[in-house]
Amino acid sequence: MIKNTKKAQKNNILSLEDVSISYGKFEAVKNIFCNFKKGDITSLIGPSGCGKSTVLRSLNRMNDLIPNCSLKGTVLFDGTNIYDKRVDPVEVRRRIGMVFQQPNPFPKSIYENIAFGARINGYVGDMDDLVELSLKKAALWSECKDKLNDSGYSLSGGQQQRLCIARTIAIEPEIILMDEPCSALDPISTLKIEETMHELKKNYTIIIVTHNMQQALRVSDMTAFFNAIEYEDGDGGKVGYLAEFNSTKKIFSSPKEKTTQEYISGKFG
Amino acid sequence: MEEKLALFKNRKRFGIEKNIDIIFKNTALVLSSFVAIILLGIVLVVFFQSFESFSRYGLKFLVTSEWNPVKDEYGAFTAIYGTLITSFLSLLITIPLGVGTAIFITEDFVPKVFREIIGSFVELLAAIPSVVLGLWAIFVMEPFFRAFFVFLHNFFGWVPLFSSEPTGRNSLLAILILVVMLLPIVTSIARDSLNQVPKKLRNASYGIGASRWKTIFSVILPAALSGIMAGVLLALGRAMGETMAVTMIIGNSNAFSWSLLSPGYTISSMLANQFGEADGSQVSSLFYAAFVLMILSLVVNIFAQWLVKKFSLKY
Amino acid sequence: MNSLFYQKNSSRNIGDKVFTSLSLICVVISILPLIFLVTYILIKGGAQITPELFTLEPNPPGDDLDAGGINPALIGTLIITTIASIIAIPVGVGGGIYLAEYSKGGPFSRFIRFGVNVLAGVPSIIAGVFIYALIVSTKILFGSMYSGLAGGMALSILMLPTVIKTTDEGLKLVPNELRYASLGVGASMYTTILKITLPSAFRSIATGVVLGIARAAGETAPLIFTALFSYYYITGFGDLFYEMGSLAVLIYNFALEPYDAQNKLAWAASFILVLSILSVNIFSRILAALTEKTKRV
Ligand SMILES: Nc1ncnc2c1ncn2[C@@H]1O[C@H](COP(=O)(O)OP(=O)(O)OP(=O)(O)O)[C@@H](O)[C@H]1O
Ligand SMILES: [Mg+2]
Repeated sequence: MIKNTKKAQKNNILSLEDVSISYGKFEAVKNIFCNFKKGDITSLIGPSGCGKSTVLRSLNRMNDLIPNCSLKGTVLFDGTNIYDKRVDPVEVRRRIGMVFQQPNPFPKSIYENIAFGARINGYVGDMDDLVELSLKKAALWSECKDKLNDSGYSLSGGQQQRLCIARTIAIEPEIILMDEPCSALDPISTLKIEETMHELKKNYTIIIVTHNMQQALRVSDMTAFFNAIEYEDGDGGKVGYLAEFNSTKKIFSSPKEKTTQEYISGKFG
Repeated sequence: MEEKLALFKNRKRFGIEKNIDIIFKNTALVLSSFVAIILLGIVLVVFFQSFESFSRYGLKFLVTSEWNPVKDEYGAFTAIYGTLITSFLSLLITIPLGVGTAIFITEDFVPKVFREIIGSFVELLAAIPSVVLGLWAIFVMEPFFRAFFVFLHNFFGWVPLFSSEPTGRNSLLAILILVVMLLPIVTSIARDSLNQVPKKLRNASYGIGASRWKTIFSVILPAALSGIMAGVLLALGRAMGETMAVTMIIGNSNAFSWSLLSPGYTISSMLANQFGEADGSQVSSLFYAAFVLMILSLVVNIFAQWLVKKFSLKY
Repeated sequence: MNSLFYQKNSSRNIGDKVFTSLSLICVVISILPLIFLVTYILIKGGAQITPELFTLEPNPPGDDLDAGGINPALIGTLIITTIASIIAIPVGVGGGIYLAEYSKGGPFSRFIRFGVNVLAGVPSIIAGVFIYALIVSTKILFGSMYSGLAGGMALSILMLPTVIKTTDEGLKLVPNELRYASLGVGASMYTTILKITLPSAFRSIATGVVLGIARAAGETAPLIFTALFSYYYITGFGDLFYEMGSLAVLIYNFALEPYDAQNKLAWAASFILVLSILSVNIFSRILAALTEKTKRV
């Protein structure tokens, strides 16, 4: 029994234990328990405003950057609570990378976009190699190998997003968080990025927020369905919670909760 | 994989980097508080330097106009009156001119290019140093208005403001040069406020058949009023503190006169004129005058900021 | 006669015309003297420009016809504004960084922003009075009284609010996504600011700062009893601790002299001052307009 939990813990690279997150007085999500397994791709789905981005940002302490955002509970990464006072959030972000909803390349050359993060993370190898390798992994190499010195902004939206992915994998994080990475992209770029994710799965743990059911189905092993309910005191505000968490297959074929069923079949959201 | 991670063996953020981060933040914090320190320093220093004069003359200083270093008698009424009258009257002339100009360049009377040229030209003039305006006032404006001042005195001499024989340099010239200085400020702030009035307000008014000027007077100007007011107050603060151009043209006389056609004084021109050579209790009295000027401009400025804040909340 | 045709004589249309003409008159009244002013300065001042002007010392006012040059004042203006910049730019940029990047809109930053606006409204002569009391009359700078250094300090007080404000506002225009990008790859806050946000805001900050410097270069009131004036060449570093001339104070002093020769020097100095300030302004405006355009594309 004890051995079992230990084993389970070992497999869980990241676990949320009774996490509630508030913006000032407003409680956005409440009492989340959730374990992310090493090497898995996990999708976070749910209606708009239920707190998916909020939860995702809490996993590498990006929420620290939002004024008056606070978290209760523990987020265990590698056995450490990353919200412990002694933890350096910068260190956390070096090991848990993030790709944002809107592509946000640096106003620098394509090459520098990748080299910047690597240098910061104390990379000592050959930079040209790293740039090439990362761009290849992000399926962008063939499109931009001849213009590495052009500005990152000269790329198309989809290419920019893949550049951001390349930038993130260049620093070899243990976990990659992606917040609707494809929402600004056309179907072809989306497919390319999904291919990239499949490729990345071999080495990384990925947690992705998506509004696209097909995408969740295509890429992820596990799916977490978030929902929002009105406050009990009924003043109209909504608080998010984790409604169901299971393997993607189960969630989409035989969900336990009625709301999950309704959501994935498009009845609301 | 393991091998690749080895390339990141320096990933850990070492103590040095953490410390730099903390030092950087705290340095920035200290630097930003300099503003408060300087502001406080100015108020305190000027207050304490004026203390001797303050305890000696008290509030009488504000209402007497004797300024006699030989007899050690000091009263700043002439300068205070001069400061107030020149700034208020110059503003009174500037407001209609500035707002009128602002209306002209925010409405589409002439093509946009011209309006932009006029607008940026007016703004450029705000960059001309006041000492240069003073020079121009001495050598160009004064001769130009000489005959007009004589005319003013001859026909309107019964008005106290024009009751004295015009002298070469006088308060009215100071007012006129202040108008030139304030115009860019009032115009550009009025223009910005007018531009901020939502388009739909204007369209609503046109939609019910109001003419252009009816719309301007009954819809646009009222909506932009608080912004314009804030601009006017900022200009007032500037006018009260303006030194060089006024000092050069106002004539610098402490003899009190109601008439704008005789030489006058403002607090700032008195400071510019006497500070370098003053000693003894004259210095303290000058600091007292400086303190009065500072309080005046602080009050006006804070009030203007309050208006700006209120105004920006509205939209 | 209820027609839709434009009725020239209806009271409404006449009223509109009257007001339109009035506003046009406002424009003319405001613009004409200004045009006249600039042309006059440029023509009258430009006529006095000679090579010697830039190399000679001014002669003390007297009946002699030759007034000399404005070399010490020109160099003095450069030195005093440089000193002011050396003080105001680091303090202002640092303070602006704190306001825009660290303070999260709390009471402290609101208080400082308020203070910046108040300081911007303090009359420039008060800055001179302050430095006089603090530095000149106390002889705190190695026993020297009036000095170029004191003048530079007084000017820096006037520059400070401009620099903080442009830094604060320039940084606030940088999209947050860029900060997240940098922090998201594990950059420290200071690296993010120095390598990402400041460079992104560099142009708007630089424009504002340069305009601030240009404005300070023409300020006179803070200098007349801090730096005072000097007729003599600036020869070395030690001169920082003595009275120092400047174009602005030269104009003030010589405009009030009864001698034509000195008046002409004042015009020449005005020409140089106005020309440089206007070109800096026009240049930065053009630059700003150009960047605006490229951004929109
Ligand atoms: N910076 C913020 N400040 C205050 N409230 C916020 C902030 N960000 C999000 N919220 C609130 O927290 C709740 C959850 O927001 P969040 O962005 O996490 O939702 P989401 O599930 O990602 O929605 P979407 O699918 O639209 O991206 C919302 O009610 C939102 O209004
Ligand atoms: Mg979201």
